[in-house]
Amino acid sequence: MSAIYILWLRELKRYVRSRTQILASLGQPMLYLLVLGFGLGPVFQRAGNGSYLQFVGPGVIGMSVLFSSIFSGLGLLWDRQFGFLKETLVAPVSRLQIMIGRTLGGATVAVIQGLLVTAICLIAGLRPANPALIPVAFGFMVAIAIVFAALGVAIGSSLQDMQGFQLIMNFLVLPIYFLSGALFPLLGLPKLLAVITRLDPLSYGIDGMRSVLLGHSAFSPLLDISVLAVVGCVLLVIGAYRFSKIEI
Amino acid sequence: MIRVCNLAKTFGSFTAVDDVSFEVAEGEIFAFLGPNGAGKTTTIKMLTTLLKPTAGSIELDGLDPQTHQNAVRQRFGIVFQDPSLDGDLSAWENMEIHGVLYHVPHKMRRQRSEELLKLFELWDRRDDQVKKFSGGMKRRLEIARGFLHTPKILFLDEPTLGLDPQSRNQLWTHVKRVNETERVTVFLTTHYMDEADRVAHRIGVIDHGKLVAQGTPKAIKEQTGTETLEDAFLKLTGSTIRDESANSADQMRQFAKMWSGGKR
Repeated sequence: MSAIYILWLRELKRYVRSRTQILASLGQPMLYLLVLGFGLGPVFQRAGNGSYLQFVGPGVIGMSVLFSSIFSGLGLLWDRQFGFLKETLVAPVSRLQIMIGRTLGGATVAVIQGLLVTAICLIAGLRPANPALIPVAFGFMVAIAIVFAALGVAIGSSLQDMQGFQLIMNFLVLPIYFLSGALFPLLGLPKLLAVITRLDPLSYGIDGMRSVLLGHSAFSPLLDISVLAVVGCVLLVIGAYRFSKIEI
Repeated sequence: MIRVCNLAKTFGSFTAVDDVSFEVAEGEIFAFLGPNGAGKTTTIKMLTTLLKPTAGSIELDGLDPQTHQNAVRQRFGIVFQDPSLDGDLSAWENMEIHGVLYHVPHKMRRQRSEELLKLFELWDRRDDQVKKFSGGMKRRLEIARGFLHTPKILFLDEPTLGLDPQSRNQLWTHVKRVNETERVTVFLTTHYMDEADRVAHRIGVIDHGKLVAQGTPKAIKEQTGTETLEDAFLKLTGSTIRDESANSADQMRQFAKMWSGGKR
């Protein structure tokens, strides 16, 4: 247990110490929120869908959680590069504990990041339908964070160096984001797009947040949380397996 | 304490370690010498559960590193050849993480961390982030960290690389002390023959993945008919300069992994 704790704490300390990185990672969500939120607002309104800022808020929160959780998992690659990974791999602690410590640390960092973006959304004008449900939205944030931190660790364990990073960014992280319904409603889509969006775990996370924050959603919140739980467990198992196979 | 039998490791078509056998007794200081890329680090990685051997068997304290990974990891400590510190954390925090991972009790952890940081003259800088340290300071911190827990076997992979004579002296004095007082078995590699001659009880010389000589420093000098260990070493391994094949071996390993389906 203490090994999990110390590795969790390490992720947190590293996050708190990288102030420029925190600021930088808030830039992109703000761009989406403010530019798209206000820019597409009038069109969205005219189409009879209400306020786009309200709609895109949960999407932007989901995006920031997605990015920072996957990147913290991929932090494994930096640790490999700078050697710290070896230090943990030869320690008399099971690889499972190391993987869990890292994943929880990464997920915690992602949730903090999500909360910062939530605060920005609230300032910018996101008005939850029922503020009492905000803790539930927090729960969805945690679920998204764990799912993608585990995915990040699974990928980080399988790559050898940073060269694959751009590939992961362009062919995995961005598609997960754009195909999740973060930016557009999931109902009434063309057939193919509808199928793809339903295969994206982030769709369910953002849909879940939307249903508790705005009171409308594409799926039922129960389905949302079940999908996230199942996918999360599967990815944790894959991540732990991949991590246990790392050779330096 | 360490028993290695017909050990081999290949990366694709490249043979890094080729049919190596040796034994290290309990309480012994064993120096593993060889030119760059001879297979020293690869051997250490196999001994310390980081790599799977292609063939042959290893026993550490009677246990196979492959099948009893955790039990084996409990028995050794290691100072790596290349850096393994977390640069964003302070020196003290790096020591803390190590202590926790190696189950050193809280009180002892603090006490020993303090002693060791003072011994290696890092105590005044303990709260600074490691990335702000000079190369020599980082090296000293790695070594201090390696001594935080008392293992049965201590692996030192070129520990004196980049150290000034003072720190080097400090290091070997400390190694000898833990070896004598706590019966720690030491397995070390170095490029400084005088160090090996002074510290090691027995020496193994490896070249191109093969063990070419084994015995006490004296026996090796007699066997080759040379005055110093340096001459003996040159006689055994030739005087041609090798590539930095520690790096090319790494690259080959990456290639091997990329193309031979190691990724999936």
